[in-house]
Amino acid sequence: MNQDSKNASKNEDSIISIRGMHKWFGDFHVLKNINLEVGRGERIVICGPSGSGKSTLIRCINRLEEHQQGDIVVEGTELTEDLKNIDIIRSEVGMVFQQFNLFPHLTVLENVTLAPIWVRKLPRAEAEEQAMSYLERVKIPEQAGKYPGQLSGGQQQRVAIARSLCMNPRIMLFDEPTSALDPEMIKEVLDVMIELAESGMTMLVVTHEMGFATAVAHRVIFMDGGEIIEEQPPKAFFEDPQHDRTKLFLSQILHH
Amino acid sequence: MTKSFNPQSYEPGTHPDLPPPTITTGLIGWIKTNLFSTPLNTALTLISLWFLWQILPSSIHWLFTGAVWSAVDRKECWAMMDAPRDGACWAFIRGSLELFLYGWYPEPERWRVNLTFVLFGAAVFGALRENIPGKKYWLIFAAVFPFLAAWLLFGGFGLEPVPTGKLGGILLTLVVAVTGISFSLPLGIALALGRRSRLPVLRAICVIFIEFIRGVPLITLLFVASTMLTYFLPPGSSFDLLMRVLIMVTLFAAAYIAEVVRGGLQGLSSGQYEAADALGLTYWQSHRLIILPQALKISIPGIVNTFIGSYKDSVLVLIIGMMDILGLGRARLNDPDWLGLAPELYIFISLFFFVSCFAMARYSLSLEKKLETGHQT
Repeated sequence: MNQDSKNASKNEDSIISIRGMHKWFGDFHVLKNINLEVGRGERIVICGPSGSGKSTLIRCINRLEEHQQGDIVVEGTELTEDLKNIDIIRSEVGMVFQQFNLFPHLTVLENVTLAPIWVRKLPRAEAEEQAMSYLERVKIPEQAGKYPGQLSGGQQQRVAIARSLCMNPRIMLFDEPTSALDPEMIKEVLDVMIELAESGMTMLVVTHEMGFATAVAHRVIFMDGGEIIEEQPPKAFFEDPQHDRTKLFLSQILHH
Repeated sequence: MTKSFNPQSYEPGTHPDLPPPTITTGLIGWIKTNLFSTPLNTALTLISLWFLWQILPSSIHWLFTGAVWSAVDRKECWAMMDAPRDGACWAFIRGSLELFLYGWYPEPERWRVNLTFVLFGAAVFGALRENIPGKKYWLIFAAVFPFLAAWLLFGGFGLEPVPTGKLGGILLTLVVAVTGISFSLPLGIALALGRRSRLPVLRAICVIFIEFIRGVPLITLLFVASTMLTYFLPPGSSFDLLMRVLIMVTLFAAAYIAEVVRGGLQGLSSGQYEAADALGLTYWQSHRLIILPQALKISIPGIVNTFIGSYKDSVLVLIIGMMDILGLGRARLNDPDWLGLAPELYIFISLFFFVSCFAMARYSLSLEKKLETGHQT
């Protein structure tokens, strides 16, 4: 990844803009004064100890969680109570979950074509054609007729990625996509994500895969206790962390 | 360490797949492991065999070999036996079959009942059968069937009207049960969704309705239907008794279905809702395509259990004087020609209910198997 392209992406106007955002779960203040600008085509890795609010942060971006204070603007649309805005944003933002969350009663092909047919109103034949091209991109077109329960974890996660891509999203959110996988399957999922990154997709990835962060991220964000503690390009983040808590976290995850 | 009974040894990584030990397979193996595995089991097996030996011959004699199949009354029946009551008098059931089937439905109009039975069979077949050409039209037909049946049975719109009081026997039982079953499912699903709604008023209405209906015995509701409802309705309006009973039976079953379906909805992981939301599906789309198909699949045993329960509970209508198969049969026992043939009657009625309930239970098992896609949600 050359340095020029990283800078270029920062200069464009932001596709996601979060200002002074707070969120509570009951009395628990889970996100505190979050400010984050994401440029078009920018790739951000978010890491931090468990309970630091990193998953909650990206779940606020497509309103799986509701924030109580501050603004979140995605592609010029502000996230408010307005259900229409939420639906618009959700159809532009893809999400991949730790537990895959494929629909077990539908075949792989039906999983992947469901949203294009019902949300985008695509004719079935066209949706299936597009679905097959994405399944080829994640390298499992031969599994199209199977049910998710018949696939390995790595294959299921790749189907989940294809399912999101079929909506032609502008932004992809990844919530610990490899944490539930057996070690030998992590690479096949990361390879798909790296390829996606190279195609210029805007990506926010919550992960502890530091190799992935180094390879594709423009910025690494470290969160702890509901706050953004530090944000740096990956090289600086790993080699020269500024904050003590970052140093402690890095020493814990890198030395085992 | 247990001693190894396989003297052969293999190099690591070359162990072949071996067949299981033969002692546990085959007929002999089955008998050994299931009937004679311990002294206690052996004793129980022998006692059971002795017991069967004692009751089977006389049962078979009474039910089949010593039974009389055609006679005009009980006296003739008994005259044909070695001793009175030595065998079953099935002539009683045969002679009453028409009454049991149609109740007092007027003779010249009975073709309408027969047609309804045939259409009912077709609707059940078309709705339940998978891989049938034109499945969509079968489903539409099954959905329209209850209304079609109501028109056929009660008349109007060109057919001779038949008062609902003329219905009786198996016809009445099926009308009550099928109405209860087919309307309680959609109503129950709606109540279950309402109970999980974010709108507090809707939720409260559903909770109160479900808890009230579940908290009152069905017989009480039937008495309410037969006596009290007339006080609540505007004076002069006549609301048919059968109609009131059908509504009560449906509401009663719906409350139970609602709780079963709610259990199914809670059995789904929140990830399914989130994935559907994240793809931009609306509330109705995600429920129709993602949530309900899975929740109903989990709920099948409970739903069928409720169906079987409400099917059998339909006999309770005899308490408010409606002559379903049980009520009509009991009335028939007082007929001087057939006085005192209660065992024959109750065996027949038991068999009728058992066959239909067993069919439902088997269908639900096969449905569960068919919907299994190798994934636990």
